[in-house]
Formats: sequence, structure tokens, C-alpha cells
Amino acid sequence: MATTTTLAKAADGTEPAAPAARIEHVSKSFAGPAGQQLVLDDITLDVAPGEFVTLLGASGCGKSTLLNLVAGLDRPSAGDITTDGRPALMFQEHALFPWLTAGKNIELALKLRGVPKAERRDKAEELLELVRLKGAHGKRVHELSGGMRQRVALARALAQESRLLLMDEPFAALDAITRDVLHDELTRIWRETRVSVLFVTHNVREAVRLAERVVLLSSRPGRVAREWTVGIPQPRRIEDSQVAELSVEITEELRGEIRRHGQH
Amino acid sequence: MASTETTTPAGDAGSPAGGDAGDLAGLEAGLDALETRQSGRTPFRQTFTQKILPPAVAVLLVLAVWQGLVSFKIVDDPSKLPAPSDVWQVVRDAWLQGELLGYIWTSVSRGLLGFCFALLIGTPLGLLVARVKVVRAAIGPILSGLQSLPSVAWVPPAVIWLGLNNSMMYAVILLGAVPSIANGLVSGVDQVSPLFLRAGRTLGATGLKGTWHIVLPAALPGYVAGLKQGWAFSWRSLMAAEIIASFPDLGVGLGQLLENGRNASDMAMVFEAILLILVVGIAIDLIIFSPLERWVLRSRGLLVKS
Repeated sequence: MATTTTLAKAADGTEPAAPAARIEHVSKSFAGPAGQQLVLDDITLDVAPGEFVTLLGASGCGKSTLLNLVAGLDRPSAGDITTDGRPALMFQEHALFPWLTAGKNIELALKLRGVPKAERRDKAEELLELVRLKGAHGKRVHELSGGMRQRVALARALAQESRLLLMDEPFAALDAITRDVLHDELTRIWRETRVSVLFVTHNVREAVRLAERVVLLSSRPGRVAREWTVGIPQPRRIEDSQVAELSVEITEELRGEIRRHGQH
Repeated sequence: MASTETTTPAGDAGSPAGGDAGDLAGLEAGLDALETRQSGRTPFRQTFTQKILPPAVAVLLVLAVWQGLVSFKIVDDPSKLPAPSDVWQVVRDAWLQGELLGYIWTSVSRGLLGFCFALLIGTPLGLLVARVKVVRAAIGPILSGLQSLPSVAWVPPAVIWLGLNNSMMYAVILLGAVPSIANGLVSGVDQVSPLFLRAGRTLGATGLKGTWHIVLPAALPGYVAGLKQGWAFSWRSLMAAEIIASFPDLGVGLGQLLENGRNASDMAMVFEAILLILVVGIAIDLIIFSPLERWVLRSRGLLVKS
């Protein structure tokens, strides 16, 4: 039995203890050339309100599949996923609609959420200011740089005012300098908005740089292999020695997971 | 850590990067400035030498060769090839007698009205074929097959069913243009990136909302390409209908003008009609459809300025 439930929004957060996302014994298999292929195997994971969790894994660990399940774009084969409202989702590609301006992209998100027309413009300007793109409201998507596009995409995701923000390798396609800056921005915005974040990546340093908790998934099928709580105080830098140390440890573990696949 | 500058817009206690907040804003502004491309208007001189001059020269060359063939008596038979000046004379006379605009208007009004009908039928039909699997399986292949059927083939049955009148003309235009318009929309919808559909769904655009806010605008480039082709097919179908089914009561359009020229063995008149058909077809495309297509593509960054 597989269900994806959406909790009714508790009025004014009367239940602050309820997790932003609860993933319980979730498995997912797809029909492949060799029969049913198990992609995710018995994943159990909670994201606490306001928590920043990164899901780390090599290719084929099903991390994007898991994110799609949490986003409600697909249904688990077994297990339950509970989220508080519909989560916002950010992709590796900016996924901004090219027929709308940057501001109108955000306004569409507001409109679909039911925000009255009179408030949309101001709200969009506010969100653009939050991602430091004041004055970009009328810009077409193709007029923006890669980093700016991802920031507009972040603003559009925040416009949903979900308690949970899912991010599927959102900075993987950016150059190193821009990615570094966006890490700082994301940390700042996360701390300002207190939104819960579930962030998927294959980049160990990125995972450690951003997260309060790093969850390592094994590959084929994806299982939770190990978890680390990252105690390094924010703001961190990707070149901090503590970040480097923990990254070395996690990388060892990750390599071990990958090696297992070459042994038969 | 660098000096403490509080330029964070929210300016709250959780000023995240501490002393780096100001640095971060500055760094980001620098990156944005470095990576943003500036696009300006092309100066008229450049437009003239790159866009207007080449086709003008090509037309002049054709006219020169044509005049040469007549002047040097390479084709020495005015009933086969009239001189450009003779054709110009015929056009001028038609203008001076106030008939020229009448010919053009008869055909253009028919063509555009027929095209509008085709638009009204082709758009919902295309949407239905694109979105409903059964409908696509049932009539999708026929619809694309119809595009390769020359619309002139519809003229004889249309005359038999509807008689020699304007309805017959519109029927032929519809049969020519509807498949193009519908197919344009179908291919436009098919080419909508799955990423946009996923992004739309996470924003809450599902069902009809998804169709209206995501699928239709995303399919617009394909749809406009279909409209452009639909107009070309409308115009061709109409000319075929007018040439084959010329009848005095229907008024003289460009197709009838051509047929009249043939009957009178007046080659200058035949050339006049052919040139007018060509010029009007190109003009409508240049005035309506090309700007529409350019606007759609440019606003999405799909058209790179050459």
C-alpha cells in the first residue's frame, strides 16, 4: 500500500513538532528490461521544520527519484510520504518559463497559489529583492546569466511559501565561482526564511558546506547508508578546514559504497 | 572576516554571512554585471545593407535578365514572353481604371476570411488531437496525411457539392489550411519540454490550469509556424479554386484574372496575375505572419540576431 498524504495545514503552527517531511519505509521500483528494478529500498527519513538536509549519493542511487516522490510527481511502490502542504521544487535546469519575464514567472507561482492580483506585483518585487535581483522584474529569462536564472527560480520556489523546499542539484550546471556565491545566498535565505530544505547533490563538499545533516545513499538500490550531523557553525566556506575534514571522511565512505558495485 | 557592513535588505539579526554580507552583495552584483549580455537595436544602415539590399538586387537581376531576353530578341515572340515594360503597362492600366485594387481585394478578403474560419476550426481540433489519446490515434495520421494532398484536388468535389459560389471557395481553403494549423499546434504541444510540465505541476498548474498557463504558451512557437504555413496553404488553395472554377458572377479575383488572360491569349495579363498572386502572398506573410513569428521567438531568446 502506498500513499502520499498531505497534512492539513495546522493553524498558526499549533503543531511545531510535526516534521516538514516524513518518509517512512519508502520503496520504488520501475519496470526495466530485466523485470522490475528496485531503485529505492526501504528509505526512512524525517526532515525537521527549519532543517537543512542534503541527500548525497553516486549516480543510480535514486536521489532524484526520491525527490520526485516527495514532490508528489510520482507515487512510491511501498511506504508512506507525508509532507506539510505541497513542497516547492527546484531543478538543476532553472525551468523558468521563457514566455514570461522573471517577475511574471514569480507572479504565476503566486497566482496559482491564489494570491490576489493586487498583491502579486509587490510580493514578486519583494522576493526578487530577497535573492538580490531588484530591478530584474521585467527581464526576459534569456537576458539573465545562469546564476541569476537560478536565483529567480529560487525566488519562484519561495513564492509558493511551502514549508519544505526540495532542491535537485540546483547548482550543478553553474561555474565554480557562481556556485560558491549561491551557496552563501542559499544559506542566508534559509536562515532568514527558516524553510526546511531537502537538497540532493553528488558533490560531497557542497553537501557539507550547506547541510545540518548529510544523508548518504547507497546505489542500486538506494538505501540510507549513513548519516552525519554537521556541527560546523554557519556561515561556512567551502574551503574551511573543518568542511574539508568531514568531506574526506564522507568521500571515503562514498567510495566504499561505489566499490561494492565492481566486486561481482 | 572583513569589516562589518550591514547592507542585507532584511537587515535582521540572522545576518547570515556576518561581515561578509556586504562583500557577498558586491560580489554578486559584479558577477551579474559580467555575465549579462547587452542587446541593443540594430542600426538602420545595417538592416538596410543586410536585409533589404540583397533581395532588392536579386529582383533587379531577374528583371534585367528578363528585359535582356526580350531586348536581344532571344525570345522573339510577345505572345510567349512579353517585355517587363508591357506587363508594367498592364498593371498601370488596371490601376488607373481602378480595377487593380478590386482584383486584389476580392482574393485577399476571401483568403483572409477563409483563413480565419480555418483558424477557428484548426485550433480546437489541434488541441484535441494533441491532448486526447483516442482522438490522436483516430485522426492524427489522417490529419498529417491531408497536408500532402494538393488542395486543388478538392476543387471538383467542392464544385459538385456546393456549386459555383463563394462557399465552394471557402470549403477548399478550409480543407487546405485546417490540417496545417492543427498539425502546427500538435507539434507545438508535442515539443513542450517535460521540464516545464513538471515545473508547472509543482507550482500547482494541473488539468485545465496546466493547459492554459503552461502547455499553450509553451506550444506557441509551433502554433505560429503552423499559422504561417496555414496561410500559404489558404492562398494556394484559393488560387487553385479561382482558376479552375472561374465564373463571371463570382467577381474577378487574381485567379480569375489569370484564367481570363489565358482565354484571351494575353500573356502580359497572365504575367500580371502571376506577379500579383506572388506579391500579395509574400506581402501578407511579411506584414502579418513573419513579424508575429519573430516576436514570439525573440521574446523567448530563440532568435539570435545575425
